[in-house]
Amino acid sequence: MPLITCRDAINQALREEMERDPNVLIMGEDVALYEGSFKVTKGLLAKFGEKRVIDTPISEAGFTGMGCGAAMVGLRPIVELMTVNFGILALDQIMNNVAVIRYMFGGKVKVPLTIRSPGGAGNQLGAQHSHSIEAMLMHCPGLRVVVPSVPADAKGLLKSAIRSDDPVFFVEHEGLYGVKGEVPEGEYTIPLGVADVKRAGKDVTLICLSKMVYVCLDAAEKLAEEGIDAEVLDLRGLNPLDVPAIVDSVTKTGRALTVEECWLTGGWGGEIAAVIMEHAFDALAAPVLRVASADVPMPYNKALEQAAIPDVGRVMARVREVMKY
Amino acid sequence: MKDKKEATQLQTQELLAMYRDMVRIREFEEACPSLYSQGKMGGFLHLYSGQEAVGVGVAHAIHKDDYMIAAYREHGLILAKGTPPGPVMAELFGKATGVSRGKGGSMHMFDPELRFMGGYGIVGGHLPLAVGMGYAIQYQQKDEVVVCLFGDGATNQGVFHEAMNLAALYQVPVVFVCENNMYGIGTAVGRASAVEQLYKKSCAYETPGVKVDGMDVLKVYEEVRQAVHRARAGEGPTYIEALTYRFRGHSISDPGTYRSEQEKKLWKERDPIPNFGRWLVAEGKASEDELKKIDAEEKQLIEEAIRFAEESPDPGPEELWTDVYVQS
Repeated sequence: MPLITCRDAINQALREEMERDPNVLIMGEDVALYEGSFKVTKGLLAKFGEKRVIDTPISEAGFTGMGCGAAMVGLRPIVELMTVNFGILALDQIMNNVAVIRYMFGGKVKVPLTIRSPGGAGNQLGAQHSHSIEAMLMHCPGLRVVVPSVPADAKGLLKSAIRSDDPVFFVEHEGLYGVKGEVPEGEYTIPLGVADVKRAGKDVTLICLSKMVYVCLDAAEKLAEEGIDAEVLDLRGLNPLDVPAIVDSVTKTGRALTVEECWLTGGWGGEIAAVIMEHAFDALAAPVLRVASADVPMPYNKALEQAAIPDVGRVMARVREVMKY
Repeated sequence: MKDKKEATQLQTQELLAMYRDMVRIREFEEACPSLYSQGKMGGFLHLYSGQEAVGVGVAHAIHKDDYMIAAYREHGLILAKGTPPGPVMAELFGKATGVSRGKGGSMHMFDPELRFMGGYGIVGGHLPLAVGMGYAIQYQQKDEVVVCLFGDGATNQGVFHEAMNLAALYQVPVVFVCENNMYGIGTAVGRASAVEQLYKKSCAYETPGVKVDGMDVLKVYEEVRQAVHRARAGEGPTYIEALTYRFRGHSISDPGTYRSEQEKKLWKERDPIPNFGRWLVAEGKASEDELKKIDAEEKQLIEEAIRFAEESPDPGPEELWTDVYVQS
């Protein structure tokens, strides 16, 4: 299988879906002529033209709502929010329109909209360019939330997201665009809501997604040297949430640690911990522990920034803790 | 008077239909307060009485396949678009037979078959949706337009400006109709908007902006007709400010004490329905008896709508979980 970057995998998904369905179009800031601020939309304008690859003004609420309106009358728009930080300006559209319209109107309309957005922290961008808001989005019924980690998943999941008749928020970690992985050639999709065991283990389950998958895999390899066999469960998304996969894994290992880049307080790790207690309490040999970003606006200083985001060391320390029970 | 002259070329049948639609809306809205106080409706209730000429003027100036999208004071607008009053009343009652199957309520009426694309409760929040619908029409090369109605308050929202800019930028077939009833809840336009002549706000986007008497159904009709013609011809959006007045408070719980009795009286004298009725008689389009017959028929229709709503079932408990997603 060819080894390609996440960026290229996402680009392939966009290109293939636009080729497949003339109702798929993409709109956002600098997605056309500039080819995306992260170059994810490279080559799309040249291939599909300006009616389908639309440069928008810096008006996040405006063009997100525009995507929603177009989706309501038959198109399958993909809205790119240049970064999820800017996307916060569109939260009114996302939470008051996109997510609720179908239900509010008694199921008489669908909103097949995909919103893609880079998110996450790690490049010393400070407090206004380092948000991980997956937990906030997960809180919102009506909205699917997909968060891939590896290129193959990014491609297969994005294709499913675009084909979904429900609105999907697709979070791409800025720090993963350049990561390479094997991506199958040709057409394939991955269903939304199916978690993936990225490393099998029997002692403890590390529940994670996005960039934290790599942190967990590194930690698992190092923990193996200490005789701890960790399973790394990549949720690949938060809605639908793959509860059976979580339950299966925790039932096998008896221990769980959630590892996320969202803030600790109100983060998705707390939700997963509750799900485990509700569905797999008897299997637990230890309380579910959480690793998450510090409850602070992201600092600029490199050392402080690193201290705020979960790393291999913190994950290992918490795993050792959970193994003590 | 040029506009009025053109409008008078309308067939008598169409003129009487306009009258009938306005009466229907008034009868519908004026039936609501007592039903509300009887506890048959919940939530907010923003009534349209007084503004009928705007909604009806708009609805008659567009085709069946054209779209309308509105804010939360939209009972009158969905009725103007042609949805029968029964399902609209049933929605207010929260019944399964309601236009949004009892899940929307007063602020969220929806009828995709008649292309009424919803009422929305966040001021200004639906304007970008209209732009997207316009973009889709343009993209699919269809001969349709979107009329987006909103109140004066929406023009102070950031998203109003984003939507106006996007609409003008992409030259989408959208007609923006601001129903300026002069109050955002209890705050007069002049106390909320630095620009009191709201139609002037479109000049920032090089979009034609016009002001029309929103108490005169034919003037509204004519202005919207021209705007729709431009939109259909690919000439982009138009922004119409219709100056109107709501005879009741902002919502059912608002006694409207911030408005003087004199002001209310002056506007009442400009009530679009009897005025239009008098014009119809004066022009020989209808006799007083004919109008009275329409009044009686519409009253009867609303009584039937109330009966339909009362006799309709509530949504079953399983409906709590339906329609959150298409794919469960």
